[in-house]
Amino acid sequence: MSIFLDENSKVIVQGMTGSEGMKHSQRMLDSGTQIVGGVNPRKAGQSVAFEGGHEVPVFGSVAEAMEATGANVSVVFVPPKFAKDAALEAIDAAIPLLVVITEGIPVKDSAEFFNYAQGKGTTRIIGPNCPGLISPGKSNAGITPANITGAGKLGLVSKSGTLTYQMMYELADIGFTTAIGIGGDPVIGTTHIDALEAFENDPDTVGVVMIGEIGGDAEERAAAYIKDNMSKPVVGYVAGFTAPEGKTMGHAGAIVSGSAGTAQAKKEALEAAGVKVGKTPTETADLMREIVKGLA
Amino acid sequence: MDLFEYQARDIFEKHGVPVLGGVVAEDPAAARAAAEQLGTPVVVVKAQVKTGGRGKAGGVKVAKSPEEAEQKASEILGMDIKGHTVHRVMVAAGADIAEEYYFSLLLDRANRNYLAMCSVEGGMEIEQLAVERPEALARVAVDPNVGIDEAKAKEIVEAARFDAETGAKVAPVLQKLWDVYREEDATLVEVNPLVKTGAGDIVALDGKVTLDENAEFRHEDHTALVDTKSEDPLEAKAKALDLNYVKLDGEVGIIGNGAGLVMSTLDVVAYAGEAHGVKPANFLDIGGGASAEVMANGLDVILGDEQVSAVFVNVFGGITACDAVANGIVGALQKLGDAATKPLVVRLDGNNVEEGRKILADLAHPLVTQADTMDGGAAKVAELAAGK
Repeated sequence: MSIFLDENSKVIVQGMTGSEGMKHSQRMLDSGTQIVGGVNPRKAGQSVAFEGGHEVPVFGSVAEAMEATGANVSVVFVPPKFAKDAALEAIDAAIPLLVVITEGIPVKDSAEFFNYAQGKGTTRIIGPNCPGLISPGKSNAGITPANITGAGKLGLVSKSGTLTYQMMYELADIGFTTAIGIGGDPVIGTTHIDALEAFENDPDTVGVVMIGEIGGDAEERAAAYIKDNMSKPVVGYVAGFTAPEGKTMGHAGAIVSGSAGTAQAKKEALEAAGVKVGKTPTETADLMREIVKGLA
Repeated sequence: MDLFEYQARDIFEKHGVPVLGGVVAEDPAAARAAAEQLGTPVVVVKAQVKTGGRGKAGGVKVAKSPEEAEQKASEILGMDIKGHTVHRVMVAAGADIAEEYYFSLLLDRANRNYLAMCSVEGGMEIEQLAVERPEALARVAVDPNVGIDEAKAKEIVEAARFDAETGAKVAPVLQKLWDVYREEDATLVEVNPLVKTGAGDIVALDGKVTLDENAEFRHEDHTALVDTKSEDPLEAKAKALDLNYVKLDGEVGIIGNGAGLVMSTLDVVAYAGEAHGVKPANFLDIGGGASAEVMANGLDVILGDEQVSAVFVNVFGGITACDAVANGIVGALQKLGDAATKPLVVRLDGNNVEEGRKILADLAHPLVTQADTMDGGAAKVAELAAGK
């Protein structure tokens, strides 16, 4: 099994006809994702031909696309200016899973559409500013390169895209049920805890790699969750030990303010919860590999 | 982006938050003119720095005449407050303070909504109040889609235990502060102190505002708020090239793709550098693309840092495969020509890694060393940076 996304997922792409949307829709199709539609009110009724003989229809709205295709996942590539409206439209249509790839969305917009979704209670949001999620061999909703590794028995949850790829690569010998990039923004839909809970309940996942970075206290809260609720082994990695206070390190959410949000505090919280924390991505992968060997 | 107090004051005024007169000055003569312009019997000359504790550091002084304002300004300008040089003062009208309160509205990352904090005990360090007398600091959740409307403002002043008469005067000010937060795309609006004057008026006497840089596309006026005087020249250059660069104090230049991987690279280099006495010199994320032009721009900025003695290029080929990245490095070295003077350690992994490594091997550039792993690359670059 996998979490949130599997071979039966029917995916639509909001912003499919833009350059990023076109490029990544092709990649998703190549990796076996069932893309059943695109959304663009100005191109409704047309269809887009992708390599590999895929002809994908374009719909005028998310609701129409869902009605016509039974889509249950939407991946959003629209630019930051229009991302909030795209998300609200998908939430109003009650899409079960909304993956917001777009980077650079104002935090106010994210806070508004996230809380709107919470009020409706019918849409899980992943992101924004994330690579999305991949259940290797089954489906890929986002921009994660599909050829890094195949299906396997580990779960991965990470704030960072490239560290997700790096860790998938390091542990390609074991493979993954699902790898989720939850995003590096201050307000994100699905948290480390949400993913950990889903992996705990997934019978095919034997252990989870959790990648965090400076800023906020999500890792500390995840540590408390792991201590109280996880029976499966979790190995952690935290980036940003050398980040100075008050400087944003690339991600809008990656900032140390005063004593809050430091990598050291996150590492200590995870270790106190019994999570082994690697000093480097490679060491983290080695820790996980050892644990998996012990389980066999 | 954090604003200076005078910028926060101006934004407050724009949204109808009651403030006192205040004029920014960059030299003593301008401070004198500002005091004359304000025309109040007493003015306060306040250092404009983006750090707390300026009062204790001697950065806030009362003046009873324009001459005195000029003199106080000359004392304050150029001061160093916690590593921040004072380039400007604000000359503010003196206030007749009867009581001091506290208010802030900020993004609550854990709950993914906003949090209003309010206290009838203002003026002091709020962190201290939160620890010593948490019951004196009201914390009220604010729904981003509702904001501080009349009912929410009432809830906040009641939770903060204002008396009915004062609460009725404070509540509308909180609604105006919500306008500032929402309409300016702020992630923090703090007023400390919010005061009641002898005449019973509510006034925001000091303000801290943080603006969301992701929202700049709908706030053209925010660009003018950037403090170019305190900007690091390399950071300014990188920004002009649209690069995500942060200058640090070290010898090993770092280039990578993706914020998380670059942060991780800094850490791995810091560990490897311990044995050699070298540290990472910067954060530079060239993003997913990693074209020759971006790579050349990145190298150009990093090589402009005189402290840098070696550079580590750490790229995971995902969307952009390693051969494209390797071609980017080749192109960058050609573009830079003789300007490329420091050793480069390159670690490529991921898609098309064999092709990428072959391109660099065939280049056989005397400055370029390849590493198979991130940890191995970090060890190598630390060695080179230390001159061994």
